[in-house]
Amino acid sequence: MIELFRGIKVDWLGKRKLFFVISIVLLVIGMASLLYRGEFNYGLDFKGGTVVSVRFSDNVEIGKIRDLLPDASIQAVQNTSGAGGSEFQIELGQSVVNEDASIGRQTVTSALEKNFPGKFTVLGSESVSAKVGGDLRRQAVMATLYALVGILIYIAFRFEWIYGAAAVFAVFHDTLVTLGFFSLFNYEINLTVIAALLTLVGYSVNDTIVVFDRVRENLKTRRRDDFETILNDSINQTLSRTILTSGLTFLTVLALFIFGGEIINNFAFAMVIGIIVGTYSSVAVAAPLVLIYTNARKPKAVAANRR
Amino acid sequence: MTKRIRIRSVIIIVVAVACILRFTGIPTSYADLKANLSKNIRLGLDLRGGTQLVLQVHVDDALKATTNQTAEALRVQMEKDGITVVQVVPTAVDTFEARGVDPAKDSEFRNMIEGGYSDYDIVSSESAGAKTYTMKMKMRAAEEYRVQAVDQALRTIENRVNALGVAEPVIQKRGGPGEHEIIVQFPGVDDPEYVKGIIGKAAILELKLVQGTNSYPTRDAAMQQFGGILPSNLEVLESSKGENSGSKVFWVVNKVTNVTGRDLKSAGVSRDENGRPAVSFHLNAAGAQKFGKLTGDNVGRLLAIVLDGTVVSAPRLNSRITDNGIITGGGAGFAPDEARDLALVLKSGALPASMTPLQEAVVGASLGADSIKAGLIASAVALGSVVIFVLVYYRASGINATVAMILNLVVLFGAMAYFGATLTLPGIAGVILTIGVGIDSNVLIFERIREELHAGKTAVSSVATSFSRVFITLVDTHLAALISAICLFLFGTGAIKGFAVTLVIGLVSNMFTAVFVSRTLFEMVLSNKERTDTLSI
Repeated sequence: MIELFRGIKVDWLGKRKLFFVISIVLLVIGMASLLYRGEFNYGLDFKGGTVVSVRFSDNVEIGKIRDLLPDASIQAVQNTSGAGGSEFQIELGQSVVNEDASIGRQTVTSALEKNFPGKFTVLGSESVSAKVGGDLRRQAVMATLYALVGILIYIAFRFEWIYGAAAVFAVFHDTLVTLGFFSLFNYEINLTVIAALLTLVGYSVNDTIVVFDRVRENLKTRRRDDFETILNDSINQTLSRTILTSGLTFLTVLALFIFGGEIINNFAFAMVIGIIVGTYSSVAVAAPLVLIYTNARKPKAVAANRR
Repeated sequence: MTKRIRIRSVIIIVVAVACILRFTGIPTSYADLKANLSKNIRLGLDLRGGTQLVLQVHVDDALKATTNQTAEALRVQMEKDGITVVQVVPTAVDTFEARGVDPAKDSEFRNMIEGGYSDYDIVSSESAGAKTYTMKMKMRAAEEYRVQAVDQALRTIENRVNALGVAEPVIQKRGGPGEHEIIVQFPGVDDPEYVKGIIGKAAILELKLVQGTNSYPTRDAAMQQFGGILPSNLEVLESSKGENSGSKVFWVVNKVTNVTGRDLKSAGVSRDENGRPAVSFHLNAAGAQKFGKLTGDNVGRLLAIVLDGTVVSAPRLNSRITDNGIITGGGAGFAPDEARDLALVLKSGALPASMTPLQEAVVGASLGADSIKAGLIASAVALGSVVIFVLVYYRASGINATVAMILNLVVLFGAMAYFGATLTLPGIAGVILTIGVGIDSNVLIFERIREELHAGKTAVSSVATSFSRVFITLVDTHLAALISAICLFLFGTGAIKGFAVTLVIGLVSNMFTAVFVSRTLFEMVLSNKERTDTLSI
C-alpha cells in the first residue's frame, strides 16, 4: 500500500507567524504589481473593443496589417499561428466601438477587403461596446461578494461564526492572491476568469471545511487537550486527504491549462494558481485565525461548538 | 448478496441506463448514434460556430411614436368636439403641448385628457390669452411602453428570423429592470452582416403629407421657404436615394404621421410602372379608413413614403386610395434583393424602436472545432491521469472510484440532455472540474477508511463508519460549492451560465455517485468475500 503523509506531526500553528508573513508578502507583491501597471489587463468583456481572428491564404507581414488600420484605433496585431504562419489576431480599442459593437468587425473586414481581396477568411470575431464593461465589473464583484456571504452564513450555521469568518477570510485571501498573480504575469481578466474565481470560492473552502469538520469531531472526543493541539492534530490527520484532493484537482486543471486551448487558458491559469493558494490557506490562514480568536477570547479553555 | 445491495444495484443500473439513453437515444447505426448525440447534447455557439448579438433596444423611440400619435389623436378629437386649438405638438419623447386652447374650455379640455388620454398628466398650463397645456406621460405608463417595445421587438425579430429560415435560432430578452436588451444567436452563421441587416432594420413605415409640391436640393434651401424657421408641425426629411440626377434631395413634410406600418396588413414584391422591382402593400380596415380620408382630402398633393426616417418616394395622389399602395425605389429603383428584403421586414412588422449591438461574437466553424478538440484532449488527459493515480494509489478500490467517476459523467451528460442545457467551452472546463471534484469525494472517503482500518476496525465496520461520517463533510463541502455555483449562474451570461449549469449538475450527481454508488460497490465486494477483514485500498 502506498501511503503519503501518514503519521505526520508538524506544528503548523506554531509557524503561523511565518505563514502570515508569506501571505502578506504574496498580497503585497500582487498589490505592487497592480500599482505598477495601473490596472488589471481586462479582457474585451470588461473594457470593450474588438478582436478579429483572420487567416490569410498567403504569407503576410504583420507590419502590412498594422498599416491598414488607423493608428488611433489599433490596439495590437499578433501572429497566432506560430512562426511563419498567416493567422493573425487584430485587436481594436474601445474607441472604435463606443456605441455600436458591429463597427469593429466591419472596420477590419473592409480594410482587409480593400487590400487582400479574396485572400483572407475571418475565423471569428468578438466585439463589445464600451458601455457594457463597467456594469459587468460591478456585477462580477457583487456576485463574488454574494458567494462569500452565502458561504459565511452557511459555515457559521453549521459550525460557529468564527469558523465561517475564518474560512471566508481565507477564501477572500485566495481570490486576492490569485488576482495578484494575474497582474504579475499580465494575464487577461475576462468573464471566464470571474467564473474561475467564483468556482474557487466554492472549491477552496472545501479543504477548510474538511479540517474544521475534523476539529469538531476531535473536540467531542478529546476534551482534555488544549485547542491548539487539537487544531494541529486535525490538520495533520486530514493532511493526506487535503493534499491528495487538491493534487488530483490540480492535475485536472493542469490538463486544462496545457491542452485546453487558448480561449480557456486564462480560466485554467486562475484555477491552477487558486488551487495551490487555496490549499495553502486552509492550513496557513483559516486554522490560525480560529486559534487566534479563540485564544483572545478564552485564554485557556477550549472554545468550540460541541454539537 | 443481500437484498439491500440488490435494490441499490438495481437503482444504480436504472439511473445509468436512463442517463445513457437520454443522450444516445436508441441508435440503430453509428451514424444514427452520432446524430442522436449532437441532437441531445446541445453545443454552444462557441463550440459549433455561429453568431451572437446582444442588441440594445432604444425604447425611447417607442415612447416618441406613442407621444406623436397621441398628440395627433388629441388634435383630431378637439377639432371634432369644438375646442379651439392652434396646434398640438410633441416637445419631447414623453411630452407634448396643446397650444392656443380656448381658455373658456379649460375644464372640458381637462376632462378630455383625464378621460381619453389617461397615460398622460397635465403637468403645466400657461394662460396668456389662449392657454398652452403641457402633457407628460405617466412614469408607469412609460415603463409599460418600454417593456412592450422590447416584447414587440422580440416578436418582430422572431418573425424575421423565421422568414429567413435560420436553423435553431435563440432569441431572448436579457438584462435586469431598466436594461432593455435582446440576445440573438444564430448557429452556423459566420457572416453576421446579412442577418444583422434584416433584424436590425427598424422598418418603420410612415406616410406623411408633403408640404408644397417640390423637393429641395439642400436642407437649408427647404428651410428658406419658411424664412429659416420651420413651423413646429413640419419637418425636413432627406430622401433615401437621389432622383434621376442621383444626388439626394430634401422634402418638407408634416410632422404628424397619418398612416403607419401598424396599419399594414401585408406586403409583397411587385413591379412599378417602369417594370422595376417595387413593394406593394395592403392596409387593414382601420388603416384603409384613415388612408381613404387622407387621400380623398388631399388629391393632387404629394404623399411622402417614409421608411426609417428617410423619404423613399413621394408620389402624387391622383385619386382617393383606400387599402393598398406601392412603394417604388425612387429614381434609381430597388434592386430585386432590396425589394424582397423590404417586403420581408414590412410584413414581419416594424421594430417599435431602433437597436444597436452592444456585443457581437462570431465564431467560425473551424475555431469551434478547434475548441472541441482541445476540450476533448484536456478532458481525456485529466480523466486518464486521475484514473491512473487512483488505480495505483488505492489499487482495487481505485476501480470503485473510477466506476463512480464515470457514472458521475454519465449522470452529468444525461441530466444536461434532460434539461436541454447547452455545453459550452467553459462548460467543458466544468466537466473537467467535475472529474476533479468527484474524485475528491472518493479520496475523502478512502482516506477515512484507511484511517479506520489502521485504528484496527474490520473492513465492514470501517466502510460503514467512514461513509456515514464523511457524508456530513461531503454535504458541507458540496453545499458551499453549490452556493458559489448558484451565484455564478445568477451573475453569468451565455457561456458562463453554461459553465455554472454544468457545475451545479456535476455537484449534485457527484453526491449520488460518491456516496450511494461507491458505498454500494464496497458492500458488494465485501459481501462476496469469505474473509471480510481485508480490503484492497
